[in-house]
Amino acid sequence: MPPPPNLDLSRRGVLATGAATAAVAAAPAGAAQGKPAMTADPAPLPVSLEVNGKVRDLSPDARTTLLDALREHLHLTGTKKGCDHGQCGACTVLVNGVRINSCLTLAVMHQGDKVTTIEGLGAPDALHPMQAAFIRHDGYQCGYCTPGQICSAVATLDEIKRGVPSHVSASLTDKPRATNLEMRERMSGNICRCGAYSNIAEAMAEIAGDAG
Amino acid sequence: MKFDTPAGDNPIDRMTVVGRPHSRIDGPLKTTGRATYAYEHHREAPTAAYGHVIGAGIAKGRIRSMDLGAARSAPGVLGIVTAREAGKLGKGDYNTAPLLGGPEIDHYHQAIAVVVAETFEQARAAAALVKVDYNRTPGDFDLAAALDKAPAPDEDRLGQFEQAFDAAPFKLDALYTTPDQSHAMMEPFATLAAWDGDQLTVWTSNQMIDWGRGDLAKTLNIPKDKVRLISPYIGGGFGGKLFLRADALMAALGARLVQRPVKVALTRPMLVNNSTHRPATRQRIRIGAKPDGEIIAIAHESSSGDLPDGGPETAVNQTRLLYAGANRLTSLRLAVLNLPEGNAMRAPGEASGMMALEIAMDEMAEKLGMDPIAFRVQNDTQVDPENPDRPFSQRNLVRCLEDGARRFGWARRNARPASVTDGRWLVGMGVAAAFRNNLNVTSGARVRLATDGRITVETDMTDIGTGSYTIIAQTAAEMMGVPLDRVTVKLGDSSFPVSAGSGGQFGAGSSTSGVYAACVKLREAVAGNLGLDPAEAVFEGGKVKGARRSAPLAEAAKAGELVAEDAMTWGDLDETYQQSTFGGHFVEVGVDRYTGAIRVRRMLAVCAAGRILNPVTARSQVIGAMTMGVGGALMEKLEVDKRLGYFVNHDLAGYEVPVHADIPHQEVIFLDEADDKVSPMKAKGIGELGLCGVGAAVANAVYNATGVRVRDYPVTLDKHLDRLPAVS
Repeated sequence: MPPPPNLDLSRRGVLATGAATAAVAAAPAGAAQGKPAMTADPAPLPVSLEVNGKVRDLSPDARTTLLDALREHLHLTGTKKGCDHGQCGACTVLVNGVRINSCLTLAVMHQGDKVTTIEGLGAPDALHPMQAAFIRHDGYQCGYCTPGQICSAVATLDEIKRGVPSHVSASLTDKPRATNLEMRERMSGNICRCGAYSNIAEAMAEIAGDAG
Repeated sequence: MKFDTPAGDNPIDRMTVVGRPHSRIDGPLKTTGRATYAYEHHREAPTAAYGHVIGAGIAKGRIRSMDLGAARSAPGVLGIVTAREAGKLGKGDYNTAPLLGGPEIDHYHQAIAVVVAETFEQARAAAALVKVDYNRTPGDFDLAAALDKAPAPDEDRLGQFEQAFDAAPFKLDALYTTPDQSHAMMEPFATLAAWDGDQLTVWTSNQMIDWGRGDLAKTLNIPKDKVRLISPYIGGGFGGKLFLRADALMAALGARLVQRPVKVALTRPMLVNNSTHRPATRQRIRIGAKPDGEIIAIAHESSSGDLPDGGPETAVNQTRLLYAGANRLTSLRLAVLNLPEGNAMRAPGEASGMMALEIAMDEMAEKLGMDPIAFRVQNDTQVDPENPDRPFSQRNLVRCLEDGARRFGWARRNARPASVTDGRWLVGMGVAAAFRNNLNVTSGARVRLATDGRITVETDMTDIGTGSYTIIAQTAAEMMGVPLDRVTVKLGDSSFPVSAGSGGQFGAGSSTSGVYAACVKLREAVAGNLGLDPAEAVFEGGKVKGARRSAPLAEAAKAGELVAEDAMTWGDLDETYQQSTFGGHFVEVGVDRYTGAIRVRRMLAVCAAGRILNPVTARSQVIGAMTMGVGGALMEKLEVDKRLGYFVNHDLAGYEVPVHADIPHQEVIFLDEADDKVSPMKAKGIGELGLCGVGAAVANAVYNATGVRVRDYPVTLDKHLDRLPAVS
């Protein structure tokens, strides 16, 4: 990721920020002893993202995650909040073509980044092939993990195509193939409690097969 | 309409739309992120403020004081509601513990406050400034210890169990345990609440709209008709969202205080201890049999715990009905525990009970030297074992097991454990019966015929991933003789007729029967308008055909929209006949002979549940349940902190559920059935059947692979590693 403009952090600056964070964390104890709490809001930080092909200028609270920027500021609610802790994968989006958990990254860290959400992959009348395959194979039930599954599935097949190895790849240097085992391993950060895994694997296999 | 005699021929029997494998009609919205869940109604409430709920830091005791000063003056804060600000609240009929605690605390992470602020970040930060001083009092958190002082169990008996068991030449007497489990649905509890004067609207995530509406009104001490509850999409529930929960109450209280719409989502780490869970059980099973395998005595005694005034996990239900045997004992014992509330999770009772019973059947078959399928077939019954005059409406358990055995290659199983290897893997196969009762619940619907011939169905039924949108559309399309794409389905709104809701696998059969009833009324109105005899009119291809003439369906509404509303109510056919669903679960596992790690290699379920309304969505219900069953068998367990009284692993990193890598290709077969005793749809529930027995099939497969019997779920490698066959 290229460093964001207008934000030249020196090592000294990072250390200073770290110390300030510690002070904030200690504040509640101080408050209990009757000392004034340190409760000032962090100043909003402007950030410009390219979301689904459109430039979006925001001034979020510095604490706002990319996930909440999408859902609460841009009203792109297709990206879901399942855990807010990087444990479930429901918030998966593509940033500069690579999948990430958008709950584990702050919006202000993404100056100039290209973000693709489920809304950017396709629409009900113009489905992405992976969305159509999920419908054909019934690769979802309640639908809440589904946008994350689909973003992850698209990125997984791309990772395999680019030769990125996984834990179950037989070799670090040979080109991996889109086998059932490879796809399941790479998709394991996306939990589906309804248990549509078997159908998701079939939807992905169909698209992987089409891609040849 | 009342269903009180077995169904004759009806328009559903044509099965031109019903029974066909249609893709979900809500698929394009769900797969593109356009389906709006509870927290996402920006359009309806663009000015909503954010509420952050604070949970109690003790399991039992009292709040001595709360210091809200720093939080109140924090940036963006609009208000804070605690029990003091809320005033006197009622308690919902379906809640065991009050949803807002204070000063008394009933369980860990019981909600004690909601901090409302302009932004999510501000609300969260301010909530961290609230200081609470507690007076912690001792509680009971250890099930085994609490059972020592629990009241005597409730027993059901037939014949002379003890004498028959003592005299039986073959006996099993074993204790099985299942742990506390969490629903862990992907969408957290979430609600947007907005007041308009004294009228409250909540967009929430709830399986049972009318229960939630009634309990929210009761808790707030306002009339039920002042509450509107809307849940068009629900990100999973599994029983966790059957009831009003703290998100809805705290959003409503917050919105009332700050005079603005407020939205609240419980954080993931708060879900587990704030809400309900499937309670742990200790189950003693005794089976006595003759040498030929005939069961002559069977006892199943289950114990569980819950908060004061709670209920037991009914883990012995299936044992009263599944197998024959003249001498029977079942019992439930309930201890008081001060852990969070125990309540329904997918297939309450049977899910836990079958985990134990179907290991016991496997163990007993081995003692008898019988194949476990043959042993089950030998003890099949076509009548209620406690009441032989009461037959099952339809019972094809034996076919499920025997068909499944053929398809799965059961004949290749080696009955001697630990005798099949594949490289480093010890390989085993396991089987279990699946069993879950069918329930019918009163369910209403409204059906509209528009001037252009389109059909719209309105009911407060919910779709929690089950496929309700699609099967309801299929039912209306079949009844009115139109293609599926001419039907619009509107669900999950308390302004629509009250339906069965989603629970107890009663949703599909009951809600489509309600739509059937409303469509019968609409057909009568249509026929009347067209001058046709409703008894003879045939609705097909967008036309209505009588003896002498045929007219387009739309013509009946040319003077204006036609609307019909009805509900399906139920007679006593469920008393005359035992209505149940059946299946056979087959599992193959590999156990790493060096590490003890367990991998599921193959899974098959054969199910008999009456007519299958949509094989696509029904199959998904079953594979999803099989997946949850693998979780229950191999990994899911809430760890109890017995000192402080809470579930320790309360997030998705600590509470492990199956992921892609854990689940192989799954096969599901449905027997071709139609049960005319259950409803005009002739369909029974399937969503919970798929879970009942899977865990035991996995455990039995692990035993067949290793020769080490684990009776204490989940079956994790630490429980068999030291006893695995020696590596030569």
